[in-house]
Amino acid sequence: MKRLASLGILASTVFLAVTPVLADTVFLSTQLRPIAEATVVREELLKGVQNPVDYVVEEPPQFAVRMEAERQAGTHTISLVGALHGELSPLADKDGLEPLDDIAKTLASKGMPQPLLGLGKLGKSSQQYIPWMQATYVMAARKEALQYLPQGADVNKLTYDQLTEWGKKMQEATGQPQIGFPAGPKGLMSRFFQGYFYPSFTGGVVRPFKSADAAAGWEKLKELWSVVNPNSTNYDFMQEPLLAGEVMVAWDHVARLKEAISSEPDQYVVFPAPAGPKGRGYMPVVAGLAVPKGAPDKAGAIAVIEHLTTLDTQLLTAQKVGFFPTLDAKLPSDIDPGVGLLAAAVNATQAAPDALISLLPVGLGDKGGEFNKVYMDSFQRIILQNEAVGDVLKAQGATLAKLMSDTKAPCWAPDTKSDGACPVE
Amino acid sequence: MPNNRTWIPYLLILPSVAFLALLFVVPLLQTIWLAVSDNGTPSFANVQRMVGDLNFTRSVQNTFLLTLAVVPVQIVIALAMGTMVAKVAAGRETILWIWTIPLAISDLAAGLVWLSILQNSGYLNSFLYGLGIIERQASWLSYQTPFALFLGIAAAEIWRGTAIVMVVIVAGLNQVPKEYREAAEIFGAGPWTRFFRITLPLIRPALQSALILRTVLAFEVFAVVYALGGRNFPVLVGEAYNWQNQNQNYGVAAAYAVLIMLISLAATMFYLKAIKVDPERLP
Repeated sequence: MKRLASLGILASTVFLAVTPVLADTVFLSTQLRPIAEATVVREELLKGVQNPVDYVVEEPPQFAVRMEAERQAGTHTISLVGALHGELSPLADKDGLEPLDDIAKTLASKGMPQPLLGLGKLGKSSQQYIPWMQATYVMAARKEALQYLPQGADVNKLTYDQLTEWGKKMQEATGQPQIGFPAGPKGLMSRFFQGYFYPSFTGGVVRPFKSADAAAGWEKLKELWSVVNPNSTNYDFMQEPLLAGEVMVAWDHVARLKEAISSEPDQYVVFPAPAGPKGRGYMPVVAGLAVPKGAPDKAGAIAVIEHLTTLDTQLLTAQKVGFFPTLDAKLPSDIDPGVGLLAAAVNATQAAPDALISLLPVGLGDKGGEFNKVYMDSFQRIILQNEAVGDVLKAQGATLAKLMSDTKAPCWAPDTKSDGACPVE
Repeated sequence: MPNNRTWIPYLLILPSVAFLALLFVVPLLQTIWLAVSDNGTPSFANVQRMVGDLNFTRSVQNTFLLTLAVVPVQIVIALAMGTMVAKVAAGRETILWIWTIPLAISDLAAGLVWLSILQNSGYLNSFLYGLGIIERQASWLSYQTPFALFLGIAAAEIWRGTAIVMVVIVAGLNQVPKEYREAAEIFGAGPWTRFFRITLPLIRPALQSALILRTVLAFEVFAVVYALGGRNFPVLVGEAYNWQNQNQNYGVAAAYAVLIMLISLAATMFYLKAIKVDPERLP
């Protein structure tokens, strides 16, 4: 009898622990995961939504697994997802997202730029996600590094040659390599190749993968890498080595530089990534909001999307977490000075006359990781293991070509459009 | 009466058999199938992909090198610690307790502890700089310093994993009857002779268990390496993790998992054959 009673208590506890979650609108996000940021979302960004929202965060790989599990099981608990363009793309490929054309129309009239909204279609005819917030990658340098800038170089219009030159001078003066890249296991180095290095040197990402331009670019990168801190292959977030004084100049995602720059805004300059012979490649990062098919609380999810895309919430988001609005909006002048610096660099990148936009990969489904691996393996072999550029590009090019034909992903900007799978030329 | 009850033992072990089948055998079979199939048909594509990968050979080499470097050192240290503690009368428990502290620390935490020592701005550099031995921060964990990186990882692994070996060996040493040692002393055997001729043969079963346990764990090394070496020091489990987590290719990850299992089984088999335990000493 006693055991029965305790079983009863256990069962009711489990039941009670599970039920309240089902009553709220569950909002699952791969963005704004750190405790401090998640708290901002819960306590400030979601304030003012009528129905209570349960904000849950998940690492990107687990996110994919969970969404797939719910889709296969047919039992849905999540009403709203917030994730990067590339993370939502596999869900859309499996037809797992509700069309959101009505909200898209309203937002277009409120001034959300059409190209940005277009990204949210993920190549389909209906709106798959609503652009939520955006960011990009920039470079940051401690002010004392500026004295070593090569003569005539403007930090806002840097070229790769000048960056190498700058690195050499800093190394001579300080005795240590002072440039850092996030090439660690969780670093975003693959995006450097896809959004910055390849577009700048070849004008494309997939098509010219093994071209002569690419080979020349890799030779230049080898030269640059001789003045890059060798610990770069351990760096995940560049704010840490910047704060620790291990490097003076770094390239990374704005959110992964923010902590260093916000803590000492008067010690840093933030500026666009360098330009190569084909222009100044850059990659906008767009996070979007989407409603999975079968969501238990679709109306609640729509209400949250509407709330997060109001001008006030967007400005608050920029202020608090350093992701920039997707609405065409001016940041207020009293914004956190670090965020202001980052925003100015993002604007300078977008407005640069030689800017060359490179979109996040689309249509790769769950092969996004293997796509990144092609670039990272090339980097490891050419730069770290000093293998012959031509051989590596040929071998990795074959892997890339197979990947593209397996996924049938058409080319995206800056590669010229293709009929069917994007070819490796 | 007794005849009626023959089914009871089977009934009693049924829950654990069902539990094992459900939570161990089924996933195991699924993993094996995942490794040797492609889109639902039998295929070695995943295995080929694994073997052809850039980091495959290096990860196999690194894993074996690390095991070969770490396990013997751990056995020697654990034997020394066990023998020392056997001589201590007062405070024996306290010493054992302190020595087993690394056991209570998770792999990743142990890796992070050593990272805080060995990274550029870490304690080791600060210490050497304070003594005036180095002029500026030296890096120990980069791809340009593979030997220092290997030593760092080996040191962290030895620090973390020796306690478990010691616990097993101390248990073995406790079972060696005092009389043997006393008899040997009477016949004039020195300490080394006593150790090699009496203690070592008598703790064979414990040594065998410790070796199997440690070697299998060494083949599964991951978190410490991941924290200290990142991409610079690929190991088998790390590659399985990368393929599953970052590359989202479950097939190749499963192929790695199966390979690790086969290597572990082979190592266990090797120890069972190589270190013969007298049948009368088996339970």
